[in-house]
Amino acid sequence: MADALRFRDHPAADEPAVSLDAFLNQPEAASVRIEAGDDVRRLAPVLARTRLIEVDFPKFRDGRGFSSARILREMGYAGEIKATGDVLVDLVWFMRRCGFDSFAPDAPFDAADVEAALARYPYVYQPAADPPGSSWAVPIWKLRHG
Amino acid sequence: MYRYDQYDHAMVQARVEEFRDQTRRRLEGKLTDDQFKPLRLKNGLYLQLHAYMLRVAIPYGTLNTVQMRKLADIARRYDRGYGHFTTRQNIQYNWIKLEEAPDLLAELAEVEMHAIQTSGESIRNVSADQYAGAAADEIMDPRPWAEMIRQMTTFMPEFSYLPRKFKIAVIASAADRAALRWHDFAVRIVRNAAGEDGFEVYAGGGMGRTPFIAYRIREFLPTGQLLSYMQAVLRVWNRNARRDNIHKQRMKILVHELGEDEFRRQVEDEFASFVAMDEDFPQAEYDRIAAYFAPPPFETGLSTDINRVDPDFALWVDRQVVAHKAPGYAIVNISLKPVGGIPGDISADQMDLVADLAERFSFAEIRATHAQNLVLPHVRMADLHAVWTALDAAGLGDANLDLVTDIIACPGLDYCSLANARSIPLAQKLSERFADPARQADIGELKLKISGCINACGHHHAGNIGILGVDRKGSESYQLLLGGSGDEETSQAKIAGPGFDEDGIVDAIERTIEHYRTVRAPKERFIDTYRRVGMDGFKEAIYG
Repeated sequence: MADALRFRDHPAADEPAVSLDAFLNQPEAASVRIEAGDDVRRLAPVLARTRLIEVDFPKFRDGRGFSSARILREMGYAGEIKATGDVLVDLVWFMRRCGFDSFAPDAPFDAADVEAALARYPYVYQPAADPPGSSWAVPIWKLRHG
Repeated sequence: MYRYDQYDHAMVQARVEEFRDQTRRRLEGKLTDDQFKPLRLKNGLYLQLHAYMLRVAIPYGTLNTVQMRKLADIARRYDRGYGHFTTRQNIQYNWIKLEEAPDLLAELAEVEMHAIQTSGESIRNVSADQYAGAAADEIMDPRPWAEMIRQMTTFMPEFSYLPRKFKIAVIASAADRAALRWHDFAVRIVRNAAGEDGFEVYAGGGMGRTPFIAYRIREFLPTGQLLSYMQAVLRVWNRNARRDNIHKQRMKILVHELGEDEFRRQVEDEFASFVAMDEDFPQAEYDRIAAYFAPPPFETGLSTDINRVDPDFALWVDRQVVAHKAPGYAIVNISLKPVGGIPGDISADQMDLVADLAERFSFAEIRATHAQNLVLPHVRMADLHAVWTALDAAGLGDANLDLVTDIIACPGLDYCSLANARSIPLAQKLSERFADPARQADIGELKLKISGCINACGHHHAGNIGILGVDRKGSESYQLLLGGSGDEETSQAKIAGPGFDEDGIVDAIERTIEHYRTVRAPKERFIDTYRRVGMDGFKEAIYG
């Protein structure tokens, strides 16, 4: 696997992520792997013990993982959400806005491309699950009206 | 009409630079064609049979003279001197070079235009009533809400890779001129008994190979909760749609499979959680946008007399001119359907002429219609003759709005890599067959729509008479459909029987129409007769 790109300070979880069904049945587990068709709302009762949630993209055109990540943030989960699989650098900004804060793509990113992608858009038109404190957290309509 | 502020400009310019970078990476081989394809599609760039096609968004079908002149300029410098207005109020250029596309988009951005999300699995350009702001029957101008939706749905991160495309329409009158219920999501602005504005919401419509007419999923949505509601609909679809078969991923399939009630229940659940987050756009933002759509300074005390001495002019007035909300003004429809022409095509010189007329006679505003025509929305009745004279001299003076030669047609096999059959030559033959103005007028309202394949870009499901091109054992064949409609009495056309070859379908349509003329009741339109006598009432005339 390529080197992960992370936007978190704390050490990465080092145990392997298990499937959603296994995770719900293993009270000691702290890392879970979400497949594209999984319902992340099933994690609600166990979020407190969850340190890492990997959301897999089987192909980059499968956009279910975007909803999964944003729902997790709406549920109050503040731990790491890692995008894995067929993740393209052109999606990184949208993923950051949905709450992803680490990336382990099948094909490694070019660091300069990541930087360019994240610096590309100065504003956003609508709220999402943006990183706290990021400039994206304030939609254009709020800038317009103060 | 709406004008970009610093934020809108910054976003569109950032998009241009992003696409420039993506194009560079593709040309350098850093992106595979497979990876580049969805990126270019989200910027309106299709690969057709012979070249790239660029689809430029005309939000809610409204454009100004500066924009129209830029479209003409682009047609001359980047294309072959013409453009093609589409069934979703956009314009397409058929002969674009990939390496020039970023510069073209940069030029569009200068006039506050873009091609963002005009194809691919995106939330597409919002369509609307082409008479918005002018129609005598609207309760308000729907375009501020359409612009609000444009902004809400531009670069929505959660919905970056939807299962399929998502088409939205907005109207604000009882009459439906935007084919509302053929859209994935559509709202009609209504006013409740308490005098509050809201949306009547429809979802799950669409044409393509599996047509569905949208269900009404909510009677009244308070306007201030539109973003929450749209996100709820999109989330239910994004999470639950199939992802294994591209032909079954449109939202209409999910709505149909879940059933109207279950889909509504899931949407309402998500809606409640979005509303609780309290992130909807504020009234102040609506007010800011609505101010741009304030009515132009209509003169009062104008004459409503029209000098009808010239019979050709009188004929054109009767056919192309529609009542305006302001006394002394009229809505002018410009036909892009000359006999023998290509439906929706317009030359650069004609674009400039339309821009000139809009500047002189229509407060600099132009509209594109889903029927592939143009509109000058605010013309003084006293100026109608001057407008007609100029249009007629430029080959834009046809008087055939909603008549049999006002044909909607997709580009078909002449351009499109998906098509099974040609649409354009058939549209040309049909318009030549029915060219006689007296005959057309006698036939009356008849909406004829041609698609060159089952993807239904030519709206054949909504045609009073629809034609579907299919591939039959390696040769082009055409199926005849009857009874479709895209207005407030939406209906889906049904296949009449076995298909025909190109000449055979023209003859079959003539037999269909002649039969209608024989059996119609006084003042009965074609669609009314069809609804009265049914397919059985036509079959013998068609097939003998």
